[in-house]
Amino acid sequence: MTEFIHPNLLPALPEMVMLLMTCLLLVVDLFLPQEKRGFSLLLAVLTLVLTAMAVIAVAPVDSVSSFGGSFVLDQLAVTLKLAICLICILVFVYSRDYLSDHRIYKGEYYVLGLFATLGMMIMISAHSFLLIYLGLELLSLSLYAMIAFNRNSLAASESAMKYFVLGAMASGLLLYGISIFYGITGTLDINQLSEVVRVKMTQNPVPLAFALTFIVVGLSFKLGAVPFHMWLPDVYQGSPTSVTLFIGTAPKIAGFAMAIRLLVDGLGDLQADWSQMLIVLAVASMAIGNIIAIAQTNFKRMLAYSTISHVGFILLGLLAGTANGFASAMFYTITYALTAAVAFGVLIILNRKGAEAENISDLSGLNDSNPWYAALLAIAMFSMAGVPPTVGFYAKLSVLQSVVQVDLVWLAVLAVLFSVIGLFYYLRIIKVMYFDKPLPDQEITIKQALDVKILLSANSLSLLGLGIFPSALMSYCVLAFS
Amino acid sequence: MYAEWPYLTLVIWTPIIGGILVLFSGDKNPSGARKIALLFSIITFLLTLPLYTQFNTDTHLMQFVERRSWIDTFNIEYFLGIDGISMPLILLTSFTTVIVVISSWEVIQYRVSQYMAAFLIMEGFMIGTFASLDAILFYIFFEAMLIPMFLVIGIWGGANRIYATLKFFLYTFIGSVLMLVALIYMYNQTGSFAILDFHHLRLSLTEQILIFLAFLVAFAVKVPMWPVHTWLPDAHVEAPTGGSVILAAIMLKMGGYGFLRFSLPITPDASAELDWLIITMSLTAVVYIGFVALVQQDMKKLIAYSSIAHMGFVTLGFFIVFRIMAGDDAQGSILALEGGMVQMVSHGFISGAMFLCVGVMYDRMHSRQIADYGGVVNTMPKFAAFMVFFAMANAGLPGTSGFVGEFMVILASFKASFWIAFLAATTLILGAAYTLWMVKRVIFGEVANDKVKALTDINKREFLFLSILAIAVLVLGLWPDPLVEVMHPTIENLLNHITTTKL
Repeated sequence: MTEFIHPNLLPALPEMVMLLMTCLLLVVDLFLPQEKRGFSLLLAVLTLVLTAMAVIAVAPVDSVSSFGGSFVLDQLAVTLKLAICLICILVFVYSRDYLSDHRIYKGEYYVLGLFATLGMMIMISAHSFLLIYLGLELLSLSLYAMIAFNRNSLAASESAMKYFVLGAMASGLLLYGISIFYGITGTLDINQLSEVVRVKMTQNPVPLAFALTFIVVGLSFKLGAVPFHMWLPDVYQGSPTSVTLFIGTAPKIAGFAMAIRLLVDGLGDLQADWSQMLIVLAVASMAIGNIIAIAQTNFKRMLAYSTISHVGFILLGLLAGTANGFASAMFYTITYALTAAVAFGVLIILNRKGAEAENISDLSGLNDSNPWYAALLAIAMFSMAGVPPTVGFYAKLSVLQSVVQVDLVWLAVLAVLFSVIGLFYYLRIIKVMYFDKPLPDQEITIKQALDVKILLSANSLSLLGLGIFPSALMSYCVLAFS
Repeated sequence: MYAEWPYLTLVIWTPIIGGILVLFSGDKNPSGARKIALLFSIITFLLTLPLYTQFNTDTHLMQFVERRSWIDTFNIEYFLGIDGISMPLILLTSFTTVIVVISSWEVIQYRVSQYMAAFLIMEGFMIGTFASLDAILFYIFFEAMLIPMFLVIGIWGGANRIYATLKFFLYTFIGSVLMLVALIYMYNQTGSFAILDFHHLRLSLTEQILIFLAFLVAFAVKVPMWPVHTWLPDAHVEAPTGGSVILAAIMLKMGGYGFLRFSLPITPDASAELDWLIITMSLTAVVYIGFVALVQQDMKKLIAYSSIAHMGFVTLGFFIVFRIMAGDDAQGSILALEGGMVQMVSHGFISGAMFLCVGVMYDRMHSRQIADYGGVVNTMPKFAAFMVFFAMANAGLPGTSGFVGEFMVILASFKASFWIAFLAATTLILGAAYTLWMVKRVIFGEVANDKVKALTDINKREFLFLSILAIAVLVLGLWPDPLVEVMHPTIENLLNHITTTKL
């Protein structure tokens, strides 16, 4: 009789805290009258704060693993989990007024959001194929429901459907790749996998490359890299803005973690293979993302294409294949999520009379009516374009540095040329806000809730602050890969 | 004792902090915003004076050095310091900003606080660019100053301002991103972003040529050199007067400064190899753009083209040295380099003054077309005196600063080749032709129409800033020694550096 080994539960404490609190929220919310819905938000934010505190409390000096090696808590996981908690707090607070304006101010938004967050946390710590997949599905299923949350909206239902079908296909491809790897190596554990792959790659490399292709395709789907990006613009545009805000920020960090766990931790020995694939994906993403974004009139859709181009940049850092490159990609991902939170955050609190603001022309003359919010959005736009002294510049600099370091100067030149193309449509947003006059007979109104104003300002100014003093965050990113 | 103070930090951040204060003073109190802006610009100017008085003219080493580690991961430092090349340009920047604040006093009525704040913040960034000795710090300032200028042209500009400002931003940005890749490449070789370390980096000829071309794109756009000059006339025409002045007086100098700080010392062999390219581009600017200026109908466009022609002299002076050194004539080479530098400073005064003159007329007539004017001297005699004086300086009249730089460069060019000097000297004819012909049509003659008849002469404020500039132009023209003296050791050292092969 084999002895049952009691797993060390401590590394998973944050996840457990989050799960318990989310269940509590689910129950409490049932008994809350509509006018007390604010309590659900409070509870959700409290959940995230407690989780973040738990992460800090159990943060190991080095790295601990549990559950037979399928769950790890290392420096990478700690930093990314804290970033996700922080960003989710921002997302929840920014969304409040939007939800109540659109009569979808329900506790389920927070419950689903928290479950999605839990899925992301699991993805970050997962160190076996199975757990990665479980985390990913928890995230995806929650997101499908969140997108269709406003069931009266046709566009939202359509994009939920699209996301579901394509997302399921991507999961299927990923799963197929996993199953081939399982067939070759006989293990689902990432550590064992990398050992077996090291042996097998000299004997029989072809099936490994075959399986790797499916893993990379599945990953690209989830990250939204060209040519697997088709779902992204439709989903961004169709979802309620509060959900776009959620999808556009934290899941990028989880996707990055998944890429690191699979490609670097598990299949690091196949780096020569996946680097080649990522080069194609990165160049295509930067080209298609930046060029098509120019033609967009819808702000959310434009940001979707801009996300695609930023994913290209993140892939650049990954494909360098050095600790330096991974650290810069991580820095890029975290700061991009923060920047996107500002962009969607400003959009979400803007309201034209009657309709939701989502076209670029809706931003006309924002500097006249609300100079402060115009400045906040301008900082985010400059940061996305990579203009110093915002953090976007430093993120691009560190990625470019790691690419040049591995003698891919041509790739760096391509990347900067595409970012010049990208600059054009970010500047257009500035132009619309600062140089155009407000649309006639349509006043922009902004819900001036104090907590939103403070958080949004802090969020946007942090882009400047991190741009001037990136050292602290960067050192955490470097630590994660040392 | 001054050397102990973090002087450069003060000079960079005082205007930026002032700008933020002005910004938060809001639009409700425009006169307050003007006063705070003036106060901070004057304080900054006074703070830059010790940089000159305490400057040690016996050494080529960096002075007022501040060096702190900033971003450890990439060994990026907060590394400031000035030498004889950057110090005059910093003074020019702080001086010009004061003039711009005074000149915009009543003219700008829309969003005054944002306008003034943009100029103050831009001043800090520009001084930072000249004072940086770390390549990334330089790059950050170099790019960051585009943001306020973009907003200045876009918000307070003319009818076609959006086209012009987008073109301005995209042109300059595309130039500088390639430079960024070159900087990163060199960082990977040296492990540091300090510009002085790059100066000692050994590079093969291919590497040098590629790096040189990356720098060339960045700085040629900024100068601007033919054929990447097309953004400048657009930007100048649409920009408000203050924007044009800063653009012409300071921003164009970034390109010339970049050649001296980066291209020549880092890639001397490539510079020697490709000097024909720069000399051709410079001479084209001098001759061809001179002819283009001749046919302009718009006064601002005319001055913009004349700027391009004059900046052609600067780049000619910098790159002719390789031809002069072929005859081992160190004195001639130094003359060429110093001539380029003097021309930069002098062009800062003269072009700024010319744009201000056009601004003075535009404020009254709301037209920049030469055809709308005629006989202004009859109604604005004081103004006409200034305008004619600055036009003479622009044409290179001896006794004004415009003469000194051009003369030095032409003299030096003779030592390289007669024909280069000959083509360069055509500017004396062309410059006189387009400037004086414009003056003739605008200032002299009969009163052209009722609008001109109704013009009022300049007020005290306008008299103040025009006379300050006139004094500067005269002093530099009659007695350029103080300027040449401070840059001499630096230029000598630079020449040493660029004649030593790095292969």
